[in-house]
Amino acid sequence: MRRYDVIVVGGGPAGLAAATSARGGGRRSVLLLERDRELGGILNQCVHSGFGLVTFGEELTGPEYAARYVDAARGAGVEVLLDSMVLDVSSGSDGPRVTWVSPARGVESAGAGAVVLAMGCRERPAGALGIPGFRPAGVYTAGCAQRMVNREGLLPGREVVILGSGDIGLIMARRLTLEGAHVSCVAELMPYSSGLKRNVVQCLDDFGIPLLLSHTVTRVEGRRRVEAVEVSRVDDAGLPIPGSGVLYPCDTLLLSVGLLPENELSRAAGAELSAATRGPVVDDSLMTSVPGVFACGNVLHVHDLVDYVTQEAERAGECAGAWADGARGERQLVPLLPGTGVRYVVPQLLDVACMPEELVVRLRVDDVYERRSLVARAGREVVARRRRDILVPGEMEQVTLRREVLLGQGDPGTITIGLEA
Amino acid sequence: MGVSSVGEKNERVLTCIRCPRGCRVSVALGAEGGVESVSGNACPRGDSYARAEVTSPVRTVTTTVPVLGAGDGARVAVKTAREVPKSSVLDVVRALAGVTARAPVEMGDVVARGVAGTGVDVVATSRTR
Amino acid sequence: MTRAAAGENCYDVVIVGAGVSGCAIARELSRYHMSACVLEAEEDVCCGTSKANSAIVHAGFDAATGTLMARLNVEGSNLMGTLCEELSVDYERIGSLVVCTDEAERDGLEALLARGRANGVTDLRIVERDELRALEPNVSEAAVAALWAPTGAIVNPFQLTLALAETAAVNGVEFRFLSPVSGVTRVPDGLWELATAAGPVHARVVVNAAGVHADELHNLVCAPDDRLEVAPRRGQYHVLDVTAGAHVRHTVFALPTRLGKGVLVTPTTGGNLLVGPTAEDIDDKLGVDTTADGLAEVVHKAALTVRGVPFSERIRTFAGLRAHQPGHDFVIGEVPGAPGFVDCAAIESPGLSVAPAIGRMVAGIVCELLGGPAEKDGLLPRPGPVPDVARLGPEEWSALVAQRPAYGRVVCRCRTVTEGQVEDAIRRPLGARSLDGVKRRVEAGMGRCQGGFCSPRVAQILARELGVDLRTVTLAGPGSELAAGRVKDAWAAAAGEVAR
Repeated sequence: MRRYDVIVVGGGPAGLAAATSARGGGRRSVLLLERDRELGGILNQCVHSGFGLVTFGEELTGPEYAARYVDAARGAGVEVLLDSMVLDVSSGSDGPRVTWVSPARGVESAGAGAVVLAMGCRERPAGALGIPGFRPAGVYTAGCAQRMVNREGLLPGREVVILGSGDIGLIMARRLTLEGAHVSCVAELMPYSSGLKRNVVQCLDDFGIPLLLSHTVTRVEGRRRVEAVEVSRVDDAGLPIPGSGVLYPCDTLLLSVGLLPENELSRAAGAELSAATRGPVVDDSLMTSVPGVFACGNVLHVHDLVDYVTQEAERAGECAGAWADGARGERQLVPLLPGTGVRYVVPQLLDVACMPEELVVRLRVDDVYERRSLVARAGREVVARRRRDILVPGEMEQVTLRREVLLGQGDPGTITIGLEA
Repeated sequence: MGVSSVGEKNERVLTCIRCPRGCRVSVALGAEGGVESVSGNACPRGDSYARAEVTSPVRTVTTTVPVLGAGDGARVAVKTAREVPKSSVLDVVRALAGVTARAPVEMGDVVARGVAGTGVDVVATSRTR
Repeated sequence: MTRAAAGENCYDVVIVGAGVSGCAIARELSRYHMSACVLEAEEDVCCGTSKANSAIVHAGFDAATGTLMARLNVEGSNLMGTLCEELSVDYERIGSLVVCTDEAERDGLEALLARGRANGVTDLRIVERDELRALEPNVSEAAVAALWAPTGAIVNPFQLTLALAETAAVNGVEFRFLSPVSGVTRVPDGLWELATAAGPVHARVVVNAAGVHADELHNLVCAPDDRLEVAPRRGQYHVLDVTAGAHVRHTVFALPTRLGKGVLVTPTTGGNLLVGPTAEDIDDKLGVDTTADGLAEVVHKAALTVRGVPFSERIRTFAGLRAHQPGHDFVIGEVPGAPGFVDCAAIESPGLSVAPAIGRMVAGIVCELLGGPAEKDGLLPRPGPVPDVARLGPEEWSALVAQRPAYGRVVCRCRTVTEGQVEDAIRRPLGARSLDGVKRRVEAGMGRCQGGFCSPRVAQILARELGVDLRTVTLAGPGSELAAGRVKDAWAAAAGEVAR
């Protein structure tokens, strides 16, 4: 059986960055497996701009951002197999093993020193919401519509209602408007938008598209194609208020109601999953509970900006490479826990002795908060504090933990990151 | 984005996008359209955003155009090479309605020159084979 | 037997409706030398009640002893396993449990047992609390006993209906889709004339297997005092992801009590968990819409028999209509005063279970009416089933890919369906013409993302295979086109107007 130092599953932004950094300047053999016929993942259909501000200080479109990392991976000598769908990641006595299928060569397997999972995420479908009414043509997830519009040049509909103010939904409101459709409103269940503020302004306000906060779709009409949807107000518990429904005639309902890490392979590999992120539980090296299997990007937790995906993936690639090199000592893992107002933190485990000098912990808050501090405590001692004027669930937050500070705490027991006044 | 008239003066209310807080910033406009005052912003960034947005708002326009000679239904992603006035955004996509590119297309290739009277070129942001 | 002498569009038998009953009848009739045609209002087989039900084979203890329903149920249940094996249809005899959660209702359980035995159901017995727990660990804490029916089964209703139809088609039965029948009249030469949009179709014998619309056809030909009423009875369901498929091991029913009828919780042959249905009498024969109340009722009732049903794993909700008639029995046979017009009507639950028995019974009636047509030398088999790559070992799968590389390109990642399988679904006899058609045949789009990723890919394959513009590809037939047009076509049209 063929063997690589590192096998990366998924050729989107996370996989590309992980593969390139795992290559270690040509020191290690790296195989990148991509199910699509091109590298770049979902970025290829994100033709809008706004990517790369953090990394490059300029606003790139999705394909432009992807191209930089595709070129980097190719330039670094990463071996790439396209049209190759990974079927299984398993653990053998000599490390992880990956099995995939491709039209060119059928089912193949290869062993690896380490595997990086970078499969990305998928959209929560209409069926998961159980919206009452019919199930006609014209109900799409925003990403599916994005592919139709941007890759295939199809207009999914002419009169559109969007449920959910996730970023893809907001972006699609603008894209559809520019392509000649009319978007009558965006309904959001929560009292705040789950997308970036910039997208609310530039995708909705610019075109006079109303954002209906605390609203949801309560009925779909139309037996063959969507003919109308009913939009109702919801109460504080998020339940529709009877009698508040307004019927919007339309031929299309787009859904942007959440992204879910695509963890079928992680599960198959035996990785412990977090109920909060729906991705694997990882330590500070981004290794899952399965030795030698690492995770990064949206399969680990759903990110707001691709720049952070790239940062995280580069670290996952480095750590996977080091693991493949045989660098593995006794780990003393300390739980890193979400505290007050924090929905989750990644990583969830930390080895103070082995962690980098500075470790970026990414997290999301569970509601909108103003003028709070993100405080990390080891036991009762404050080990990091970050003042924030505003925190919203739609935007990822981060706290940097310093090894030096943590080492000064002795055995911390657990580290908790929560909001304080 | 509301505009209300109070006597000779106009007031514009807009949402600042410099941070997630999204301050509702009011901009008082003088008779000649100049900014007289900015209020509602929590920090100086709101002030600069609001002044720019009120006096000369600009946007990058992105869309796609069909590619001839690259297989059925092939398209290439495009953008305005620079930001264009916000008021021209829809004119730009209208002007691109009949525009096609011809394969092969490289990133940065000009797909349309001086689109919709803006003087700004439209360039490819993806490649075709 | 030769085609009746009225020229084109004339058949010995026309079956109205390509649901599981119509297709089962068509397959049985295709054993004989006769001309046969199936007229279907929708664009594909299995578009009505047959596609939206509990996907189970009832053991046969439910129906009142002595009814046609009871007799055919037990017969259908006995035939189903062999038929599914012959047709390569997914079928598993997982057994069913009717759960009693109140000692005071135990007499109901005993009555059900007695009725089942009277109906001829084998191996029935009552299991007590401990054995029940062992059989079904997630049964409700309140469960005191259950009726255990090892002959209860689950079946893939799409595969079954398609396999029956394909076999019929391969053996000479003609299928016409998008052909609703708008009128039935008796014409000279002992023929029936069926009005369709494409012109009249003539038949010596008509089989009315029109599901919830069967009463409309019946009432066109019956005596005034013999009118039939089929009232749609809606059932709403939740479908849970395969991650929840093992939550129960058997089909778990609730014992009907003085407080009403419960819902069932069952695994499906595809590994999902199905929970439902409601039973609502509605007026709308097209009313396959779900309601907030109905869906909530199912959630509430499921908890009465099964604990901790993980509704967070839900991937879809749907509703189907049962063709209920007030007499609550199947209506099968020649309509008095309408010679050669045969009803196969009011086939409500357990309609799927009885399909093999109905096929035989109605085919028998038709053959007698046609004067005993000669039998062929057995049925030609339909083309082998589409390979299910997800169930193949690596060597087998690779061999398939070596033959046709498209079997190595995964299109639907949730259910692991390849481009080759989607092509097969379209190329088969009575092949798929829509996304739903592909979904029913090879399950692309039936997984947890519900087609979010694969539907554009499947649409492209459909367009390519059918030689049509991508814009015209539909979800489920005309009127359900996926796209409204091309991007910027509105701008181009506006520019054109200005230019004019």
